[in-house]
Amino acid sequence: MSIRLQREDFDASAEAAALTRGRTDIGAVVTFTGLCRGTEAGAPIAALTLEYYPGMAEAEIARHVEAANARWQLLGVTVIHRYGRIAPGENIVLVVTAAAHRQAAFAAAEFLMDYLKTRAPFWKSEEHASGTRWVEARETDDAAAERWAPPPGRPEAAQ
Amino acid sequence: MKILYFAWVRERVGKPEEEIEAPVGVATVGELMAWLAGRGEEYAHAFANPRVVRAAIDRTHVKSEAPIAGAREIAFFPPMTGG
Repeated sequence: MSIRLQREDFDASAEAAALTRGRTDIGAVVTFTGLCRGTEAGAPIAALTLEYYPGMAEAEIARHVEAANARWQLLGVTVIHRYGRIAPGENIVLVVTAAAHRQAAFAAAEFLMDYLKTRAPFWKSEEHASGTRWVEARETDDAAAERWAPPPGRPEAAQ
Repeated sequence: MKILYFAWVRERVGKPEEEIEAPVGVATVGELMAWLAGRGEEYAHAFANPRVVRAAIDRTHVKSEAPIAGAREIAFFPPMTGG
């Protein structure tokens, strides 16, 4: 697995290709890219700036990648999260999951994104014409992450 | 112990990190927030609504009831908005 936090952009197709190169056991690769929108709640934004907690962000992502590996027997995972100033249209986050079959690859990619949004220590601020403002967490994101919680009696998964 | 602040908690406190020694009797993350809030106007502003402030001890998420004994690094931050 590869987890990278970087200021620079990434190439989603190159990352997916790197994960499958020389492999014949992988039957499915899901590539998710999150991009910076140019409007938020109807108002245009000039850019997003992402702050993160060095050390904890990597550790928190690694914990969830390990949970995903245990749950879906992944054959490869790449997570890249950018920080710093990001303009509309630019990439923010990449999750690539590889598995023998598509169900595992799809589910693991969605699981990782839901947890990245609510548990990985990153914070976005939006630049508007009138100044900057911290993005507020969405309850819908919390609900999306909670649906992956293990059923009672299986506390070892997910967390 | 080292205390770290992120996003608007950092902006309100006015610094990204500091070394502190919590007094005897401050045993949990919640008690630490209450003690910090009493250190001045900027802290009172940052911790005005402690229920929305999240915490991590040694880079792991914790709840406000978590004991702080033995912690090397405690971070305070708003709900996360990555991804």
